[in-house]
Amino acid sequence: MSDAALVTVATAMFAGAIRVSTPFLFVSLGECLTEKSGRINLGLEGTLVFGAMTAYAISYHSGSPWIGVLAAGIAGSLFGALHGAVCRLPRVNDVAIGIALMLFGTGLAFFFGKPYIQPTAPRLPSIDFGFLVSNPQLKEALKINPLFFVGLLVAVAMWWAFKNTRVGLTVRMTGDSAATARAMGTSVDLVRFLATTAGGFLAGVGGAFLSLYYPGSWNEGLSSGQGLMAVALVIFARWNPLACFVAALLFGGAGAIGPALQSVGISQGYHFFNAAPYILTLIIMIASTSPKRSLKGAPGELTLMK
Amino acid sequence: MAAPSGVAETVAAIRRGSEYVVIPIFALIVSAALFSLFLLALGKSPQQFLELVWRGGFGTSFSWENTLTRAAPLILTALAVAIPARLGLVIIGGEGALVLAGFASAVAALPFLGWASPWLVMPVMFLAAVIAGALWLGAVGALRHYRGVNETIASLLMFYIAVSVLNFFVEGALRDPSDPNKPSTAPIGAANMVGPIPWLKDWLDIGVHWGLVFGIVMAVVLHILMNRTTFGFAARLTGGNVRAARAQGLPVGKLMVLATMIAGACAGMAGYFEVAAILGKANGSLIAGYGFTGILVSFLARHNPIVIPPVAILFGGLAAAGGIIQRRMGLPDATVLVLQGLIFVVLLVSETLYGRFSFFDPEARK
Repeated sequence: MSDAALVTVATAMFAGAIRVSTPFLFVSLGECLTEKSGRINLGLEGTLVFGAMTAYAISYHSGSPWIGVLAAGIAGSLFGALHGAVCRLPRVNDVAIGIALMLFGTGLAFFFGKPYIQPTAPRLPSIDFGFLVSNPQLKEALKINPLFFVGLLVAVAMWWAFKNTRVGLTVRMTGDSAATARAMGTSVDLVRFLATTAGGFLAGVGGAFLSLYYPGSWNEGLSSGQGLMAVALVIFARWNPLACFVAALLFGGAGAIGPALQSVGISQGYHFFNAAPYILTLIIMIASTSPKRSLKGAPGELTLMK
Repeated sequence: MAAPSGVAETVAAIRRGSEYVVIPIFALIVSAALFSLFLLALGKSPQQFLELVWRGGFGTSFSWENTLTRAAPLILTALAVAIPARLGLVIIGGEGALVLAGFASAVAALPFLGWASPWLVMPVMFLAAVIAGALWLGAVGALRHYRGVNETIASLLMFYIAVSVLNFFVEGALRDPSDPNKPSTAPIGAANMVGPIPWLKDWLDIGVHWGLVFGIVMAVVLHILMNRTTFGFAARLTGGNVRAARAQGLPVGKLMVLATMIAGACAGMAGYFEVAAILGKANGSLIAGYGFTGILVSFLARHNPIVIPPVAILFGGLAAAGGIIQRRMGLPDATVLVLQGLIFVVLLVSETLYGRFSFFDPEARK
């Protein structure tokens, strides 16, 4: 590969990482919050897809993509609330309910989304940082969506809140030991309900990014498991919101390998590069887990890690 | 379960058992009611919907043909969920094993095309599918035991990887150049295809491939394995309490790997029949969602192998009716998906009802 091609690939991967990472970032922050409270929501995949559909439909009807983002968040929090409310019942398994909600959310999104496959909705604008550089490809790469920065802000805020606030402490305590939380007079069910609802909101916003910015249209193949990869991503990030940001960038970059290589004419093995994020996730999970001890930072109540 | 010695105990046993029938049926009725409200809100008739489900799924011999053709892979993919579930493993990537095994069986046929007898090709294809499926999901069980990797997520990631493997080969090295429409492997040839079950075809005019028989036989065999053998006992003990099973010195890891391999073999069989009885080659049509609906079927059957075939037929009928519902009622094809998702949610919520009614078990009231 020549130097010029190498630069092109690197630039494309950098741009791809920034573009593709945003939905990963939001959905993993949502999952992180939910898991910190001691519950796991596999339904965020369905929430992501439903959020994408809602955002597109509302943006189309209202003319404002930002109202679409808000609507996606609200729709997402409804799914989260349903998960949170149902899981407090005895004998109901949070993993299984998540799978069911994934199916249900995807089904509803396809059902109501049928009429929106054709029309064009107003998209989210991007902020142009291209003036910082002279390379024309980098100029293009530096058109960054504001939601990327919102996500970064949420990550920092969540990281800070977990460490320094009473709310953060309550969530962590509930996730580590329900018995302790009860002894302290905290309502475990309420904390988990709120954490799952807020997590659903973030996942819905992540979905809005998919349909309103990149790839930027609504169709049924929009999310290829991003919501589920978020679960693995949170494990990789050791339940640390800031690490979620880094991990999301890494996943975005991995997803951009295929298209980046294609842009310089390497199309051999395109499908394997498409599989890169999944293979990466699997390798990360194999490398980061152990049958002997529980992971550092893992909430003690998490069924997934037991 | 101890053998009941008197009439009173038999009655009590039936009462206890009926809980596992009444609650799922109740859940189905609640789902139907909720779905009816959904249809009413959209200005559609729930009655017409139910009539169409009946007609499209179970009304004629043609609809039975469609229903059973869909039920066959569902039985096998549901078994792929049920067996690991007995050990407490939630495997949701059966679809990946189906896809990869279907692909493997089509590839295994390639060297034999044109010269070998079907008596050689068919078993080779079948074995290739079963082995591929068993290794694919067996890896999930091994990862779970030896590395502590969560099986739900690992199996799902491997589904996406399986799809990429299929696409990589059918769009590249193994693509049949004579087929311009859809990237596929070379056809396995009419002679090597699995035909319909003769007596069903002759007597009832229902053309269903042998996958149905394999599914039902596997359900019975696995029922016996889980309920009448030491393996089944150890598996159930592990599912009940892993720590207790380990403390008893049970080989938990081996059990997990074996259970996931059995699961993969079942999903692999489903893949074989999709290729050898339906498609005649491997291509993207293998990804039809049977693996995912199988999860639902298994949960509705409460992971009980013997209950899986009737539930699979129910869902096969639902899927078969999808087309006619879409055309007659002007609803999107995702309607069936919505109904399935709704049933799944209601069903899991109904888990909370077990043990709450004194009618089923007066003694264990809590």
